[in-house]
Amino acid sequence: MKVFSMLYAVLCYNQEDVVGSRSQAEDDAVMGRLQTVNDRLAKAGRLGPVARLLPTTAAATLRKSDPPLIIDGPFSETKEQLLGFWIVDCQSLDEAVAVARDLASADPGGAYEIRPLALYQAGDVAQ
Amino acid sequence: MSDLGWIEAALVSARPEAVAALLRYFRDLDTAEEAFQEASLRALRTWPENGPPRNVAGWLVMVGRNAALDVARRTGRHVTLSEDHGAPAVDDAEQELVEYLDASAYRDDILRLMFVCCHPALPATQQIALALRIVCGLPVPQIARAFLVGESAMEQRITRAKARIAAAGVGFEEPGPVERSERLAAVLATAYLTFNEGYSALGDTAGARAPLCDEAIRLARLLLRLFPSEPEVMGLLSLLLLQHSRHAARFDDDGQVILLDDQDRRKWSRRAVVEGVTLVEKAMRHGSPGPYQVQAAIAALHARARTPEETDWAGIDQLYAALERHAPSPVVTLNRSVAIARVQGPAAGLAALEPLAKVLDGYFNFHGVRGAFLMQLGRTSEAKVSFDRAISLARTVPEAAHIRAHLDRMEGCTGRLEDGSLS
Repeated sequence: MKVFSMLYAVLCYNQEDVVGSRSQAEDDAVMGRLQTVNDRLAKAGRLGPVARLLPTTAAATLRKSDPPLIIDGPFSETKEQLLGFWIVDCQSLDEAVAVARDLASADPGGAYEIRPLALYQAGDVAQ
Repeated sequence: MSDLGWIEAALVSARPEAVAALLRYFRDLDTAEEAFQEASLRALRTWPENGPPRNVAGWLVMVGRNAALDVARRTGRHVTLSEDHGAPAVDDAEQELVEYLDASAYRDDILRLMFVCCHPALPATQQIALALRIVCGLPVPQIARAFLVGESAMEQRITRAKARIAAAGVGFEEPGPVERSERLAAVLATAYLTFNEGYSALGDTAGARAPLCDEAIRLARLLLRLFPSEPEVMGLLSLLLLQHSRHAARFDDDGQVILLDDQDRRKWSRRAVVEGVTLVEKAMRHGSPGPYQVQAAIAALHARARTPEETDWAGIDQLYAALERHAPSPVVTLNRSVAIARVQGPAAGLAALEPLAKVLDGYFNFHGVRGAFLMQLGRTSEAKVSFDRAISLARTVPEAAHIRAHLDRMEGCTGRLEDGSLS
């Protein structure tokens, strides 16, 4: 019988201009060390999706005002907290914005930041 | 990551902001640079033990400024300071510096620093060299290698460029909207030129010049952080990322150029493609197209195609038509003729090309493309004349080899249409 377990999200924060100034070799080394940890978790059947986001310069933010407003750049308010996220397959940024609009109409208030992924590993964990 | 690696990355990323603030304070490029160097040395000495400061750029400005003032006091050297202090004068003032650096003024400081390097009074090669040295902090030997000159020659070139800037004079007051946009345009152009210097390198020099592409992308990223809602800045970064996404697929083992149609698209950097495509789409939403956005949109249509056959040539034709309006040039029309030929056939391509015969007569790609159209149309002897002319104009061995391959294929009647400018 499966033991009681819970799912946790681990969210990564750092200064992106510093991370972006790493040499390729250095970045590869970091990613390699992280992958070792990922592999260990995956082997134990404990790893869900892992994603690395592209820089915030590629981000757009849908402010859920009425009507909703699209702003260039990342979400930058401090009064609101990160509550959840979706990973959506889209053919264009416009499609991603349309998805965010649909979600916004279902749940007004706050904002959605729309940011492309640099890396995605689907993972495999069941609850 | 090792401590030193982290410090290097932190210094590199803080450099433009810190040097820009020091330049505003001292109003002299050499003094600002020396102050930054001194602060960097102290960082390497003290950070491994004490850990990094909370505000890296603020720390470097404060330490660099104090160090430079000490030197001036010791040597009796005259230092001109700005009246509106670029940074507070009190010693223990990290908090004030944080506020200063967070203020919108720092955007104009960095733009000024970049504009100083991209000053229209300088020839393009000096602009690039100076931007790489001052803004990116590339060491002189590396810049010299990229430009295929000796270190002392490059040192001289940079010194001369600095002297010219000092003579030309750059305003330190807050720029007005028109001046700001003129400065931005000049800086964007230099980032673009820097990229092209790296991108157009062939064979033996490609390795030494590759850092130019990375640095140009870093400059464009920095500009977009400063101007997050400028569609042309998004367009430029998008264009550079999309061009650079193909770098692992552009050369064969012998250093020969592999044309777009023949590249192994699995070697394209998906990460760069996704970022580039997103950025140009974000830019287009502003409804204010410009030359960088349109070029990026063309590159995005190529990048989206998983096979050459999937390429949306009709879309590319329309975008080249837009580019002819925004930034008309014979080379743009030449490139458009390739798209026209893909959509309407080689006769239409040839017709689009003919008006350029005089102005592009000395241009390798013109004769290469014209020969390819003629070959497609079965006008073999005329095609051969064009290809021979192209070979005589080729600047590099791979260019000539590419046309010779055309001639060889023509012998075997398996000719294909290719755009000599796309790789």
